[in-house]
Amino acid sequence: MKDSLTVLSRIPAHPDSRCWFLAWNRTGTLLASCGGDRSIRIWGKEGEAWACKSVLGEGHQRTIRKVAWSPCGNYLASASFDATTCIWKKNQEDFECVATLEGHENEVKSVAWAPSGNLLATCSRDKSVWVWEVDEEDEYECMSVLNSHTQDVKHVVWHPNQELLASASYDDTVKLYREEEDDWVCFSTLEGHESTVWSLAFDQSGERLASCSDDKTVRIWRQYKPGNEQGVVCSGTDPTWKCICTLSGSHTRTIYDVAWCHLTGALATACGDDAIRVFEEDPHSDPHQPIFSLTAHVARAHSQDVNCVAWNPKEPGLMASCSDDGEMAFWKYQRPEVC
Amino acid sequence: MVFSLILVCDSSAMVGPAFPVPGAPGAGGSLENANPLIYRRQGERPITAREEDGDLPDAIDAREIFDLIRSINDPEHPLTLEELNVVEQVRVKVNDTESTVSVEFTPTIPHCSMATLIGLSIKVKLIRSLPERFKVDVHITQGTHASEHAVNKQLADKERVAAALENTHLLEVVNQCLSGRP
Repeated sequence: MKDSLTVLSRIPAHPDSRCWFLAWNRTGTLLASCGGDRSIRIWGKEGEAWACKSVLGEGHQRTIRKVAWSPCGNYLASASFDATTCIWKKNQEDFECVATLEGHENEVKSVAWAPSGNLLATCSRDKSVWVWEVDEEDEYECMSVLNSHTQDVKHVVWHPNQELLASASYDDTVKLYREEEDDWVCFSTLEGHESTVWSLAFDQSGERLASCSDDKTVRIWRQYKPGNEQGVVCSGTDPTWKCICTLSGSHTRTIYDVAWCHLTGALATACGDDAIRVFEEDPHSDPHQPIFSLTAHVARAHSQDVNCVAWNPKEPGLMASCSDDGEMAFWKYQRPEVC
Repeated sequence: MVFSLILVCDSSAMVGPAFPVPGAPGAGGSLENANPLIYRRQGERPITAREEDGDLPDAIDAREIFDLIRSINDPEHPLTLEELNVVEQVRVKVNDTESTVSVEFTPTIPHCSMATLIGLSIKVKLIRSLPERFKVDVHITQGTHASEHAVNKQLADKERVAAALENTHLLEVVNQCLSGRP
């Protein structure tokens, strides 16, 4: 396990501020970073090294908390503490702010694009999740305001191939939403975490969802459709999401992010104890009661809290991470030889 | 000292003030605890021969942390947190090798609306003063406040603390608490 995760390079991505979040574009050629310095940086490979291709400086008045690429790779959305979400369009090598989405009452915490690219979700400390519709003219219209959470909403993520949205909150729950007659509804609340849920990640199939929390655990939830062989009770035609595994005892502080690699199935976590950990599912374990084991643990991956981990979507084992110390690091993960 | 709630806490009424401050509803204009008990201040720390020897390693200890926070001003009274017994050296835990600091503070009354602001001031003071490697945890002394869990959760949420500190008005109030008395 010792050398399964090795650092390739470190870059002071947002010096003198926090680096909050990273996002790869779908082809894995560009990485966007954002931080407390109110800027977004776009990183691309030059030879063997990662270099800054653009700095998106004008756009937000306060911290940029998260960024997300559209599935086509031509747009980047940024969620900011200034209560707005900006949409940036890529022209050749530069980016231009083409829309500013307003409406949230305070800090926007997260943003995510649906797999079709026609929908965008944002969430805020105002406890709401908004679903926006995008048309061909780059016009954004709010379709739905979802007020299911009772506290600050930390993260939103779409299912990898369906129009199904998940959100995580300070109210300790995860909620799932789907469209119903031109509106969006919350059809499921996943309860179990004992404190703030900070982030979420679907596996490659979208059948399972991982959530990470201030309670120092990661939970794996699995979808059971009506009529499932396991006898999990469903209400109506909606599937039931059930916690099938809890990873506890590995993390010593808040887990701020979780990333589930769609190429290898490896699950990485970003923790407030400065460490990065990777878990893998035991292939011989029962899929309805899976066992995940720790396959990598880098104790001082960064000099401060790790805020984000992101697997490259095309290159298996390539991971990026970022920290409160403003640094970004690139990692090579090699699955240890299992006995 | 009257602040507009909208300006001080950019949260709307629907969300509720993230960090209550003087002048905000709840304080009601009058003092919540008009006649607090006043405690004696600790004397200056005696400097040992070991500490004077610059060649010896000098780990950060509880007294050093206490010295950083004892003179923080109470938001309501012209008194320090030490004089109000809000902070005590015995409620400071520090582990220099593991880079952790934990401070428990005791609000003067169980419904003190300033609890979050006091905790935030302690946290900001320690974050500014200590090397960046330190993890700073600030909690309410168990059983001493009606909203203990909610206040602790908010103080532990670094994202909400970061957002609060981008609010210039709130930052002014915190800086006022942190400025030493003339």
